Amino acid sequence: MLGNKVSLKLDRLKTNMMSRKAIASLLVAGATIGLSVPAVRSQNPTTIRVDGSSTVFPITEAVAEDFQKQNGGRTRVTVGISGTGGGFKKFCRGETEISNASRPIKAEEMEACKSAGVQYIEMPVAYDALTVVVNPRNNWVNSMTVAELKKIWEPAAQGKIANWSQVRQGFPNSPMKLYGPGADSGTFEYFTEAVVGDAKSSRTDFTASEDDNVLVQGVSRDRGALGYFGYAYYEANKNRLKAVAIDNGNGKAVLPSREAVENGTYQPLSRPLFIYVNAKAASRDDVKQFINYYISNAPKLVSEVGYVALPARAYTLASSHFQQNKVGTVFGGKEAVGLRIEELLQREASL
Amino acid sequence: MQQDLQQVKKIIIRNKLWQAIFAVVGLLSVLVGIITLITLVLDLFIDGLPRLSWQFLTSFPSRKPEEAGILAAWVGTVLVMIVTAIAAIPVGIASGIYLEEYAGKNWLTGLIEINVTNLAGVPSIIYGLLALGLFVYQLNLGESVLTAGLTLALLVLPIVIVTTREALRAVPNSIREAAYAMGASKWQAIWDHVLPYSIGSILTGVIIGLSRAVGETAPLITIGALTFIAFLPDPPIKAEFPYISFSWLQAPFTVMPIQMFNWVSRPEPDFQFNAAAAGVVLICMTLGMNALAIYLRYRIRKQIKW
Repeated sequence: MLGNKVSLKLDRLKTNMMSRKAIASLLVAGATIGLSVPAVRSQNPTTIRVDGSSTVFPITEAVAEDFQKQNGGRTRVTVGISGTGGGFKKFCRGETEISNASRPIKAEEMEACKSAGVQYIEMPVAYDALTVVVNPRNNWVNSMTVAELKKIWEPAAQGKIANWSQVRQGFPNSPMKLYGPGADSGTFEYFTEAVVGDAKSSRTDFTASEDDNVLVQGVSRDRGALGYFGYAYYEANKNRLKAVAIDNGNGKAVLPSREAVENGTYQPLSRPLFIYVNAKAASRDDVKQFINYYISNAPKLVSEVGYVALPARAYTLASSHFQQNKVGTVFGGKEAVGLRIEELLQREASL
Repeated sequence: MQQDLQQVKKIIIRNKLWQAIFAVVGLLSVLVGIITLITLVLDLFIDGLPRLSWQFLTSFPSRKPEEAGILAAWVGTVLVMIVTAIAAIPVGIASGIYLEEYAGKNWLTGLIEINVTNLAGVPSIIYGLLALGLFVYQLNLGESVLTAGLTLALLVLPIVIVTTREALRAVPNSIREAAYAMGASKWQAIWDHVLPYSIGSILTGVIIGLSRAVGETAPLITIGALTFIAFLPDPPIKAEFPYISFSWLQAPFTVMPIQMFNWVSRPEPDFQFNAAAAGVVLICMTLGMNALAIYLRYRIRKQIKW
């Protein structure tokens, strides 16, 4: 009887010991994780980190996808979406090797990069055509002038311009519903700069969404709707939308198309898209291979994901900038509004 | 007399009418929730199921909708959840036990309690910002699985603490008193009696907290979750010594909701089906975790003999 009790007690002690051992081993495991983490970090294989604009994302994604397949997994490429501004923040802190940008680098971003000692190579990779769309059942609008667009979108129009008859004489008395991208997007920034004349200055009483498909749906369901977004979304939804030809004040209205962007007649809503490469990282072999792959495959991949490829000369020029490690921007921190491909080339050549 | 009876009957009829009205209103309220849920889930399944295949689960993202898959996303989600569980469960349960069993009733405990309850209601983006400053910049953990897991652990910690306390409170005091009467120390009473009895409810709380974390996007985007990533983190088991590797903790990652959102906002309509299919997988993950919670609770409750 007594022996029984004692052994029970012993058992109890044993289990206690065991649970103590378990806790101790957990602690050891935790410590190992903590200690091994920094060691592991330095052993990591090199990865090319890309971040930035969601507009440029599909291009870089396509390049990264094919590059990694062709490369057999020796080099890793990651692509994030932080927006052009967020991307430059990380880029100037040296957290990424390449930054996707749907506009040239801004003055304050240049300053941030400079103070952090980050130099960069600017490379235009494609053109995008912002497309103004209306509902297919809208039979009164075929073209609009930039002035008319300004009348609709400027801040002064807030709460006042709400009917098509106010835009142009002869337009029917039909309520107008506006759709546009959210204030954080580069598309919004470029459109306001090009149409209103001042970046980010726009009326605010319109349906805004960061998701362009929401805008596509909105415009395709509402006869009185007008909206704008990137050309890729129009091209993928041509049967549900009607593009508006844009008249840049010279009396010639031009519909958005690849040709019109290439020959520079679709103005001022054509905009260049860029990647910025960290100059220090550019000396790395994997980054060199990736950029070379990017430039030589851009023409094919850019049109595949719905943008307009630059002429071959532009890519040669960008490539030679990269080879010669020409750092800096040709835009001096300003938005590149209404810039034709030719002018872009000239500017890039002057670097 | 007769009149009084009449009046009483009237009152009874009126009360019964109210009862019936409330039953109908209650049923309708329940149906609003359930029907919306069923419609959403059905819609998702109709769009997504045809796209669901082995290839979809084992492919990396791609610009071509038919080649794209969610391999990186679901692996990322699972790894992040593992870190979250490892970090949140011990800390959360320990805090719950301390607050419920050990802490005295003073102003400090009161303050902690108020804070914990409030933390449960803090928007998740705030946790993201906190994690960006603390884990990414201060502790220099990088934009990694580890950071993401710890961030989500912070997010579920209040839920774990609160449910642990509820569960401990549900154990009758007589159990503790009986243990003390047998000469058990406080820790013995908790470890051998109170915890085993409440572990079912605690687990339920933990898993519900984790299923909330599975769907979180905002805090992970803040700390730098990626959108395109076409490789997996290093496996945790290696062929050479020391056989275990923790480098996956440092790996860049993406998670299911971020992949879904990226596909939803693509111009090509086919990506919408991919997004729906990813949604189906995510729902199955959440439902699976909830089912596990229910099963565990059932199993453990059955063993309780009081």
